[in-house]
Amino acid sequence: MSKSNFTRRGLLKTSAVAGAGLTLPTIFTAQSAHAFTNEPTGGTVTLGFNVPQTGPYADEGADELRAYQLAVEHLNGGGDGGMLNTFSSKELDGTGILGKKVEYVTGDTQTKSDAARASAKSMIEKDGAIMITGGSSSGVAVAVQALCQEAGVIFMAGLTHSNDTTGKDKKANGFRHFFNSYMSGAALAPVLANAYGKDRKAYHLTADYNWGYTTEEAVRASTEAMGWETVAAVKTPLTQTDFSSYIAPVLQSGADTLVLNHYGGNMVNSLTNAVQFGLRDKQVNGKDFQIVVPLYSRLMAKGAGANVKGIFGSTNWHWSLQDEGSKAFVKSFGTKYGFPPSQAAHTTYVQTLLYADAVQRAGSFAPCAVAEALEDYEFDGLGNGKTLYRGADHQCFKDVLVVKGKENPTSEFDLLEIVEVTPAEQVTYAPDHPQMGGAEATLGACNNGA
Amino acid sequence: MEAIILQILNGLDKGSAYALIALGLTLIFGTLGVVNFAHGALFMIGAFCAVTFSRILTLSHTVVDETQTDFLGNPLKVDVPYLHDLFGQATGDAIIDWAVPLSILFTVPVMMFVGYAMERGLIKHFYNRPHADQILVTFGLAIVLQEVIKYFYGANPIPTPAPQAFAGSLDFGAMLGFDPNLIIYPYWRIIYFIFSAIIIGAVFAFLQYTTFGMVVRAGMADRETVGLLGINIDKRFTIMFGLAAAVAGLAGVMYTPINSPNYHMGMDFLVLSFVVVVVGGMGSLPGAVLAGFLLGILESFASMREVLEILPGLNQIIIYLVAIIILLTRPRGLMGRKGVMED
Repeated sequence: MSKSNFTRRGLLKTSAVAGAGLTLPTIFTAQSAHAFTNEPTGGTVTLGFNVPQTGPYADEGADELRAYQLAVEHLNGGGDGGMLNTFSSKELDGTGILGKKVEYVTGDTQTKSDAARASAKSMIEKDGAIMITGGSSSGVAVAVQALCQEAGVIFMAGLTHSNDTTGKDKKANGFRHFFNSYMSGAALAPVLANAYGKDRKAYHLTADYNWGYTTEEAVRASTEAMGWETVAAVKTPLTQTDFSSYIAPVLQSGADTLVLNHYGGNMVNSLTNAVQFGLRDKQVNGKDFQIVVPLYSRLMAKGAGANVKGIFGSTNWHWSLQDEGSKAFVKSFGTKYGFPPSQAAHTTYVQTLLYADAVQRAGSFAPCAVAEALEDYEFDGLGNGKTLYRGADHQCFKDVLVVKGKENPTSEFDLLEIVEVTPAEQVTYAPDHPQMGGAEATLGACNNGA
Repeated sequence: MEAIILQILNGLDKGSAYALIALGLTLIFGTLGVVNFAHGALFMIGAFCAVTFSRILTLSHTVVDETQTDFLGNPLKVDVPYLHDLFGQATGDAIIDWAVPLSILFTVPVMMFVGYAMERGLIKHFYNRPHADQILVTFGLAIVLQEVIKYFYGANPIPTPAPQAFAGSLDFGAMLGFDPNLIIYPYWRIIYFIFSAIIIGAVFAFLQYTTFGMVVRAGMADRETVGLLGINIDKRFTIMFGLAAAVAGLAGVMYTPINSPNYHMGMDFLVLSFVVVVVGGMGSLPGAVLAGFLLGILESFASMREVLEILPGLNQIIIYLVAIIILLTRPRGLMGRKGVMED
């Protein structure tokens, strides 16, 4: 007579364990047969381009996507090669990455963190993307970076300017080529002091979210260090469209400079409103009233129209730069699409090339090997002069451009002019700088995933 | 004192936009009994009428300027508006400069047609359906309309400036005896306020002093009886829908120099305008106007730095807070009529 071990408690336990296993996200289980998540086995490798295709930054996302498509074309040996010809590293030869043809999938971030995570997750799980890149918001970048860290894939950030991306929220699997709020403040302050003097009273209007806070903090710290006084800093709701009730009291405060820590539609509207109120025609404290926009993008300048004329700001890159890398990229992009690339297009193109080059140098797609190849890597020829991908925080250190709105633009793309190229040393900071989360902020351990 | 005057002024132009949109919403609700969530989209389409008209005025042909180069080093192609060829550069530029006010002439017929088409093509099929169905279909329509606009005009805001003659601001403070620069107010916002007052006055005069308006008011009070008198009230209501669309469109056109229009600007105003209608009283036209200005001014006060230092975040909730208080104390809104939305 045989005795069965099959008891009610046993069945429940077994079911619970099996159920838990089944409900584990496939992102953590599906690749268990591989050395790392989405290890490419065939003749192709898939990259995931996660950009805003809908929502308020859809135009910026479209420009990022154009740049990604151009980068893929160049990596696979198509077109004129663009910046592959000027890149200091000569590892990439137009035969894909490690001999595998580059393919891509796209996701729509909608500039919403949850949507961006969902699209990145889908590209990793369903499409087998080995690397995720893109985005047009710091909130999205931080959220997707954290997801990529968990999933064990590399995240090459797109347009994200908040200190937190490579500061408080930095991750071992995440890398940022774009500059940040600290760098904007450090580059802008001397130019502002030179143009407007050291005795200024500034009034800050700050978008009420993460990027706004870090930008205000950075610009305040650097301008106050130059001698400026901050008379007030007011948070404005992200959903605000009419800023008149925030701008009207500025003159009453005794301020002679307005700093708009706004981006996208916020910046377009607040700057338009400020100019409408005639602030720039006023004299306060015996000085001409001035407006400053810490972060410029071409799409914002386009939206604000003639209101940007003469207004200082900073930018990561501009198509009018005359170095060989920039010229090659502008020629390549302009010939293909008929207009010059934006800074969003530039940073995403460069990130793709940097990733591909790192894989090539590492001889492996394994995220930790790629991360090691990127860390403390110095390169040139990609449009920003000599650049360092610092290992301590995965932030690129390079020259920062101070620009101002052009007085006589010749086209709808010719809106900004470069005032100064601030050298990298002037915008470099310690990895444990308080604005970057201090000593508590760490990268953590690299994750290869499966 | 000057801060208070300043915020009242600020509230007036914000209130003007709320009042104009809420007026159209109330007209549609009062006549057709439809809760039109696509009304913000009509405001947005009005703004894009100004953009379109501006583009029509700047239709250009290309001339190659050999003395300049483009970003690729090729001879620069310069766009020369046909208006320059027709009227000379100075007159052509002056016409283009006045694109926004001139676009009113273009917007009124376009918006009347859009309103007519919307009512006949879609909304009339939902007259006898529950309000929830009406909200769903009109909200869906609003999303479709904004995506259509985004497809053709992109997601980025499009600058549409006011004529140069209205650039800058008026120093109200100096006029009232305060120090200069303390109370300044942009000329275009003054124009917007006056324009809104004229439109609101015209709509009220139309309803009050014309036979057509009298019939419409009678229909709003008792549709069945007016129908029994042999009057085709439906046809008049359709025209009222077109009129409401035109009012929203005009509000949008004149708003373009205040904020560069983009595809979702209608949604930004929609929810607030519904709150305005509810606070004013469902179906009450004077209530909508009163509540529009009241909430506009309160919103401006709540955005003052001094207020935010004591009550952070008040600027984001003030309108809803006031709405709750008013609805608790006056459930029919400020000027609501008995029997409306109560069956």
